This record gives sequence, C-alpha cells and structure tokens, in this order.
Amino acid sequence: MAANTARSIRADLQIIADMIEPHSRLLDVGCGDGTLLEYLDRHKHVDGRGIEISTEGVDACVSAGLSVIQGNADTDLADYPDQAFDYVVLSQTLQAVQAPKTVLGHLLRIGRRAIVSFPNFAYWRLRWHLAARGRMPVSNSLPYQWYETPNIHFCTIKDFVELCDAMGITIERSISLDHRGTMRRIGSLVFFANLFGEHAVFLLSK
Amino acid sequence: MTVTHSHATERKDARPLPGHRVKLGADRPLRLDCGAELHDFPVAYQTYGSLNRDKSNAVLVCHALTGDQFVAEPHPVTGKPGWWDLMVGPGKTLDTERYFIICANIVGGCMGTAGPKEIDPATNKRWGVDFPVITIGDMVGAQALLLDHLGIEQLFVVIGGSLGGMQVLQWAAAFPERVFAAVPIAAAAHHTAQNIAFHEVGRQAIMADPDWCGGDYENNGKHPHRGLAVARMAAHITYLSETALHRKFGRRLQDRKAVTYGFDADFQVESYLRHQGIMFVDRFDANSYLYITRAMDYFDLTGEHGGVLANAFRGTKTRFCVFSFTSDWLFPTEESRKIVHALNAVAANVSFVEIESEDGHDSFLLEAPEFHRVLNGFLNGAAEHRGLPRAG
Repeated sequence: MAANTARSIRADLQIIADMIEPHSRLLDVGCGDGTLLEYLDRHKHVDGRGIEISTEGVDACVSAGLSVIQGNADTDLADYPDQAFDYVVLSQTLQAVQAPKTVLGHLLRIGRRAIVSFPNFAYWRLRWHLAARGRMPVSNSLPYQWYETPNIHFCTIKDFVELCDAMGITIERSISLDHRGTMRRIGSLVFFANLFGEHAVFLLSK
Repeated sequence: MTVTHSHATERKDARPLPGHRVKLGADRPLRLDCGAELHDFPVAYQTYGSLNRDKSNAVLVCHALTGDQFVAEPHPVTGKPGWWDLMVGPGKTLDTERYFIICANIVGGCMGTAGPKEIDPATNKRWGVDFPVITIGDMVGAQALLLDHLGIEQLFVVIGGSLGGMQVLQWAAAFPERVFAAVPIAAAAHHTAQNIAFHEVGRQAIMADPDWCGGDYENNGKHPHRGLAVARMAAHITYLSETALHRKFGRRLQDRKAVTYGFDADFQVESYLRHQGIMFVDRFDANSYLYITRAMDYFDLTGEHGGVLANAFRGTKTRFCVFSFTSDWLFPTEESRKIVHALNAVAANVSFVEIESEDGHDSFLLEAPEFHRVLNGFLNGAAEHRGLPRAG
C-alpha cells in the first residue's frame, strides 16, 4: 500500500501472479521485500500474508502496510491450520529450506493450492559450468559461492516432478523460464524443460 | 453517569489533575474477576486530537505499570515530558491530527482512577489494601465502560507496551469486535515465573517498610517511601539491558576519583538507581504498585483458554502487529513469538517484527527509528483498510 504506482515485477513473480484468482486468500512464504504481495494487493485485491526471515525484508513489508511476520518456512508453517488459504506461495525459497519435503507437505496442508518456483539445477549452463570448469556453478541468478550460499537443497525440474509424484501431489500447471525470460509450458516435456529451463514455476494441489 | 471535564480529582496531597474524570458503573457495576463489584467509580483519562464524525479514528493507548494517562504532555507531578511524547503528537507516529488518542489511568492506579489511594465510598476513608484485587481483565473492562460513555463502538487501534501490551491482548481476546487493529509491544500472553519473582521482590520491599503500616499508611499519615524506592530500583534494572547499563555507566565513579571504602553511592549506576527510586515515590502510590504488579502476575491468557492461546483469538478479524526488541530479557522475543504462533493458528491477520535495540524492555519508550517507521507503515495500511483518510 505504498504510494508508488504499479511497477513491473520479476518474470517468475508475474507468472505466479497470473495463476492467482482475484480476491483470494494467500500466504507468501519467503516473501522478501513484499513485491509479490504488494502487486497482488494492488491488482488482484488478494488478502495476502507473508513470512520472511530477513529483518530488512520484514521491515520493508510491514512499513508498506503488508501483513508479514518474521519467521521461516522450516519452523513457522506447522502452526497454521489446514486449508487456511487459497494459495500458499513459495517462490525461490524451496532450495533454501532445511526440509523441503516437509515444507512442501505443509504448503498443501495449509493451502488448497501451492505455487512453488525454484532455480533448475539441471539448466544447461549450470551443467556446462560444472562439467567444463569442475566447480560449483555461480551465475547471475545463483550468485553465491558454495561456502556462503543460503541455497542448501538444490533440485532439478525432474527431481521436483518425481517428488510430487511420490507425495501424491497433482501438478496443475508447470512453466519453465529460460535465461531470456521466455515462458514454456513444461507439461510432459520434462526432459526438454530440465535442460533449457533456468527457472520453473509449479501450480500444485493435492 | 456524570462527567466532569478538567475537573479536580479530590486529592489532599496534590493540586487538581488536568484531564477528564468520569464516574462509571453507576447503572451497571463493573464485576471484577475476584467477585467484587465496583459501583459508580472514577476513571481519569486524557485525550489528544479529535474524534471524527463516524467515530472511527479512536486510538486507545494502554499505559504500563508505572505510566499514567499523561501520554503527551508535561506530567502534572514531575513536570517531565509525557511518557510517550516521542510517539504521540501532531505529525508523529500516533498523529494527533489524524487520530483521536485516548489514555485512561488503569483501575488500581493512582492518578485519579479507582484504586487503593482513592476514597472508599462505603467508609469515606482511603481504600488501602481493602481495595479489591484487580486483574488486567478488570482494567480492560473499565476501559470498555469508558468507551461506552464516549460513544465509541470500535477502536481503530489499541496499542501499548509491557503491561499496556497485555491489556492490548486482553482487549483483542475479550472484545474482538471492538478492536480493528491491535499492537502489543514488548508483551506476553502470561507472566513467567521470572516476571513474578521480580515483582515479588518489589512487593516485599514495600511491605517490609514499617511505614507501610499493613497497607493503611494514608490513614496513618505515613508513606513507605523507602520500600517503594527499593522496589522501583530493582524493577528498573529489569527494564534495561546489560549493554545499556554498561554504555551509560560502566564502572564509572560518581563525582569522585576513587572508591570511598564505604556504602555511599560510589558508582554512577548506584547514584542513578537511587535517583530513580527517589523520583518515583513522589508520583506513585505504594499500594497501587502492589495491586498492579499482582494483576500482571495473574495474567495468563493461555491458562484462561484451556492451555491453548489460539483459542483466545479464534475467529478474530483484528489486524495485529506484534513488536519485540532484541535486548528485552524481561519480555523476550520468544514470548511475542508465542503470540504470533497462536494468531497464525487461527489464520489471523498478523505482522511481527523483532526490532534491533540495545535498550532492553524500555526500548519502546525511547528513540527507536526502525520501530517508529515500521509501526507507521502498519498504521497507514490499517487506516487504508479502515477507510480513514491518508496522511496529509
């Protein structure tokens, strides 16, 4: 509710925003500075809440009038009641949690749908970086050295699809983004997306 | 009900208090948790700003243990600035040009509201320890009667720190439909064993003073100033942090170059605490200190709701913003987190920020730009949802 006018948001956040029905109830886990929550409040009149681990992020969100608590996905999701939200969003955070499978379970317990986005570790540039240089990939979207990265559980699109299968989770929609931000439906073309998708966004239900 | 504006509180020992005083509970008494009833009892309060046409901009400030209704004006006894002068005023975070700020002296207090220092109408003598033991529920009950009197159906915000924050939680639990937004600061849903222990030290100091006279000092022309000062000194330490004490005083000596090998106040910290104690007794009543600390000890919102704090807030539509401070060891962040977890469990609308600060429990009273900025953002967001006009 800051006075600034609508601004363009990151491509993966735009994809997430487009998946959300107006006037729904939403929890954004790892909401950062509240960009998505603010966009959804402004454009879709969503009743949004957030959880954010960083003090700066929480400060920015609450200062902007958003309802955000300081907390983290590993410890704070267990409190929420079943089916309290229409959507629970976990954007670019799955790889940073202690227990991704447990967190994923909570997302679909708390929300009727979950939206998960993550960097695809099988993206060809990352594969090339590892294969050719023999070192952990560092890129624009994954800028950390291995010894200081908050990202402790990388996965690939294929890994994620298999985990959803194993947990009985339905993939309603799946979209990959290449380094130019071009969107492609993943659908059954997992092999292709896993190679050329730099990021992936999944709409899930149970 | 009768109201007397800018009217003297009948006090033999002081000049008339500024502000408002109203008699409440004349037609329907306030039933206290202990079973007693208060009939036709006084509540002293102060207001800043003006109530808008649809009465939607009222903010209730709940004061802490040793606070009072003089939030944003010189204190009538000490002449010092209001205890939340940094927060309340034109253009400040609680902007008196936008909001109608109300603060009432709590039941059990000593600045004009019913309490041990006031006259018991049944005996025409000071209540002393014959005043019924009150709870935070009773304090909030009296405030609710005051709102009825003022014709305010719903508060825009209830806000307070420490005991004030406990009242905020009690408000949100007892009268959820009357609270649009709630801001408990440096608070807890119950008093811990450590909290109770510190309070017991303070009470024992007062009751050990022979001038306490079994609580009947007013009618004996005495005052347990020494006991009350010691209580204040002990409590004051708990409001600060080790870091803050070190920064302010270290081991520095008071107006001397070397220790005196005696029990004079050699150290600055001793001198400071003695000063705090002496200043306090001029403006506070020893029996009130007993009653209010007791009320805090009895507070247990979790226990009252079957051991599940979430039950206190089930179905709530109130927007919450919970604050804690990193260096507050009296009401630590962990206690605020319990409140947040309970609110999450009922999918309430809640924000929670732990503010970085070195000033301990008292942080909420001091310069804390981050705290003010975040609170301001929360209030603006809530005001937008409440349909109040934007800040000018």
